[in-house]
Amino acid sequence: MSVQSEPLSASNLAPASAPALNARANLLRARSLRLVLGLLGLGVLLAAWWLGTDVLARPESFAARFSPTAALPALGELLTGSDLPLHVMVSLRRVLVGLAIALALGVPIGILIGTSRFAEAATTPAFQFLRMISPLSWMPVAVMVFGVGDAPIYFLIAFATIWPIMLSTAAGVRALDPQWLLLSRSLAATRWETLSRIVIPGILGHVLTGARLAIGIAWIILVPCEMLGVSAGLGYFILDTRDRLAYPELMATILIIGVIGFALDSLARALVGRFAPGQA
Amino acid sequence: MTAGPGPILEAHGISLRYPGQSAPVLKDFDFSLDKSEVVTLLGPSGVGKSSLLRVLAGLQAPASGTIRIDGEALSDVHPRLAMNFQNPGLLPWLDLEKNVAFGLDFARQPKLSREERQNRIDAAIAEVGLDHARRRRPSELSGGMAQRAALARCLARKPEVLLLDEPFGALDEITRAEMQDLLLKVVRDLETSAVLVTHDIDEALLVSDRIILLGGSPGHEIGQWTIDLPKPRHDAVSELGRLRIDILSTLRNARLHH
Repeated sequence: MSVQSEPLSASNLAPASAPALNARANLLRARSLRLVLGLLGLGVLLAAWWLGTDVLARPESFAARFSPTAALPALGELLTGSDLPLHVMVSLRRVLVGLAIALALGVPIGILIGTSRFAEAATTPAFQFLRMISPLSWMPVAVMVFGVGDAPIYFLIAFATIWPIMLSTAAGVRALDPQWLLLSRSLAATRWETLSRIVIPGILGHVLTGARLAIGIAWIILVPCEMLGVSAGLGYFILDTRDRLAYPELMATILIIGVIGFALDSLARALVGRFAPGQA
Repeated sequence: MTAGPGPILEAHGISLRYPGQSAPVLKDFDFSLDKSEVVTLLGPSGVGKSSLLRVLAGLQAPASGTIRIDGEALSDVHPRLAMNFQNPGLLPWLDLEKNVAFGLDFARQPKLSREERQNRIDAAIAEVGLDHARRRRPSELSGGMAQRAALARCLARKPEVLLLDEPFGALDEITRAEMQDLLLKVVRDLETSAVLVTHDIDEALLVSDRIILLGGSPGHEIGQWTIDLPKPRHDAVSELGRLRIDILSTLRNARLHH
């Protein structure tokens, strides 16, 4: 139970006391330190890139073509051009559709597994087996079954992301306070009332945590998935730049993939923090 | 003695055995509760007090025996009975008011108009003195406040019988005394009956019209006392002290002969 000791009366309303202000200042200092260190790390990464391509590599070598001094101007051009937004939108749509399918299937299955020891025992070996197969190995099968286009990509993303969603949903069901279930019984709740008023709100934090993991996985496998049989999306664009020998653009696209992935994860973390505080 | 006419809750020949356990938890237990009466089931841990309460609440089907509420046979949970658990069990995603309202709109609960429901919620929150904390989340409530909120959640259902399973066990002594006074006030204001499970003799002495002492194994009644003193009883120390010794020696004898 999350009952805490009695808060000092009216401490929420009264102006912050000196220790509280101090604590806030400390927190602020710790946060800015984290930010500075984080930026420093990114700076080191950029420097290593620059060293490896512009400084240490010979100018006529292949590595020199991937240098940041060429990629950054290319990035500027891509960002102002009309091609890139199209590819980004196509990729994001695929991730969202794939995740939506994974949530729509994974949450109910997770609830079932979490509720029933029988279902858990029956499905665990099969799911562990499937989970450990790289989703990309299904790619030829997916293309043959679903044809070329978006459908196999939806399938592969859903297939890769359903596991964390399912497993953390099941863990959430098992972590429900037994007393809440007793409460719903004492209120003669119907199955639906127990599910919608206790189980689902009670596991929301776990589901969102699973979804956050899933977003990371989806974004990582998206790019290779888009390298087969499609004519738009960031994965396609990577191969396209390679074929056009536009290496600065290729590096710029890699940068963009990283930035969007970073943003997606921050968004997911913010969602978990908003709807299930303390679990992010 | 505040007992009204006739029993509101009756149990006859209750036996209970959990699967996989050789000894029954309860054997052939009889119980009755009058209208407006507060009965305490007192006894050491593991003697079947909480199990008996769950059977009375309809949460646990007994192996044998019958339960009647106001003459009507009881086979499942019943809206005229409300159970308050050891932990407040508030739902952390709802504020206090929504926690108190929880379940009032369930399909198998008596139908209430929106206005009637809100009146009940308001009355229940006022009764336990938490008007100022309606919008707080459970994580922002102290242990005592959370237990008050859980009690209000019971009261909003306007039960005729309150079943309380060691509701004050986890509270500090001062809060506990406040909650005992609150319980007396609630029972008086709302004219409900109550069955309280506790292992605290002093708590039993302060709030009960009748004490049923459970002991032995399986749990059965080893003593019963009717306390005919006005409440609150903080000043009746000498009378209660004698009873206390009586209860303790009964308990000790039961242990010796077991």
